[in-house]
Amino acid sequence: MPAINVSKAHDQRHASRVFDLAKLPLRELNQALHNLTAGSNETAWEVLNPKGSHSVAVGVDQPITIDVRGSVGYYCGGMNDGSAITVHGSAGPGVGENMMSGSITVKGDASQYAGATGRGGLLVIEGNASSRCGISMKGIDIVVHGNIGHMSAFMAQSGNLVVLGDAGDALGDSIYEARLFVRGKVGSLGADCIAKEMRPEHLELLQGLLDRAGVTDVKATEFTRYGSARTLYNFNIDNADAY
Amino acid sequence: MCGIVGLFLKDKSLEPQLGSMLSEMLISLSDRGPDSAGIAIYGAPSGNEAKITVQSAKPEHDFRNLDAELAKAIGAPVSISVKSTHAVVRTAPAKIDEARETIQMLRPDIRIMGAGEVVEIYKEVGLPETVVDRFNVRSMTGTHGIGHTRMATESAVTTMGAHPFSTGADQCLVHNGSLSNHNNVRRELIREGIKFETENDTEVAAAYLSSQMAHGKNLGEALEGTLSDLDGFFTFVVGTKNGFGVVRDPIACKPAVMAETDQYVAFGSEYRALTKLPGIDNARVWEPEPATVYFWER
Repeated sequence: MPAINVSKAHDQRHASRVFDLAKLPLRELNQALHNLTAGSNETAWEVLNPKGSHSVAVGVDQPITIDVRGSVGYYCGGMNDGSAITVHGSAGPGVGENMMSGSITVKGDASQYAGATGRGGLLVIEGNASSRCGISMKGIDIVVHGNIGHMSAFMAQSGNLVVLGDAGDALGDSIYEARLFVRGKVGSLGADCIAKEMRPEHLELLQGLLDRAGVTDVKATEFTRYGSARTLYNFNIDNADAY
Repeated sequence: MCGIVGLFLKDKSLEPQLGSMLSEMLISLSDRGPDSAGIAIYGAPSGNEAKITVQSAKPEHDFRNLDAELAKAIGAPVSISVKSTHAVVRTAPAKIDEARETIQMLRPDIRIMGAGEVVEIYKEVGLPETVVDRFNVRSMTGTHGIGHTRMATESAVTTMGAHPFSTGADQCLVHNGSLSNHNNVRRELIREGIKFETENDTEVAAAYLSSQMAHGKNLGEALEGTLSDLDGFFTFVVGTKNGFGVVRDPIACKPAVMAETDQYVAFGSEYRALTKLPGIDNARVWEPEPATVYFWER
């Protein structure tokens, strides 16, 4: 599990490496992160003055921690594979897009398509996420403390999306096998997305996700599970006129 | 793409810095659109004069003696201040429509950028920094303003295809997105008697709002109408003589971030545009909701 790597990365024997984007260009930061090899001593990184920069810490593939002090623009932590990134601010569109493993925590809000196409790892948004959160997710776990916007989990294939607040319109439109857990209201459900029974295995799964996301004051029983009605999986000749 | 910005000041002490603040905001979004850039600045009303911002490809020829010829033709005092390819023509508010028509007769190659009591509009092909420097926008004082840097999709890269678009007195609009029913809406507005300068989709949105407000709607009501009457992708930022508004289409795929403090309300396509504003670290920063009208008036 990535959680093991994350705890290892929190080892404080090594001083953190500070990278100030007010003084050095973003390319140097990302190149330095990409140059890391397995077993590197540089396991704790701090990024100052991101000021809405795009693509901060994309493509990191080592189990390090990265603390970003401020708000970031597009695609922060995209393709992350094993690092534990914390954004001490808000994130622009596409945070954690196509994450493979590791974790990303956003202390503020996230803009549209957070965690899009993500294949693994844990994305935690402590504020709200806007539209298209978890669109086409393929195995990532996403926990949003606040609300999510419209068209979230559109064509979501696998993984889990947990929302402590409300979801916007057309939740889970054309969803495959991802699981959606929403504690608040849902604006409307998308095509082929339905509410489902919360069985013991779902409660256990959800409790594990809440624990991993550091959520302590909310019970798994407060959520409703949503998923695919599986009526769109195969071509139905009766619908031919609709195409 | 395209990048859009807007700034509405609440704190009068910031007014001398409006031009520089808005310029920095727009320059920070240069890589969202390198084709052309423009800014509209709302200055302080003088009470006894109105302004027409005009543009010419041959400024030395077109602006020479224009003030004297125009004053003689309309029978009222006229002053003109030239900035590169643009000039601001000032005259009595009661003479503004006559002056506008007369300018086009006297100098057929001149293009009207906009008119009103307070607005000045500068737009040209080129990067935001080039355009801002060319018109010395940083030194401009004002109460509010909007800006745009363009990546062209719907019409040619020309001065007239640049934003902001102005279709009514002191009204103008910048747009990120593309409209799909603009030809239909343009035909309807032409039947109402509205004249269009370009084939551009955004000019139709500007004219739509002008038409709605001419029929008595306020800025908020006019913006509400775009949600049902305009089809396509849009984030609009709009300025009027005393107001500032924002609306996004229901799909809301064009980005938008807003910030508000006791001193200002600011809009940017991205957070990057807002990072140099005073007190931004403690501002309320939020993403405007889809299909929701936001507006402020003083």
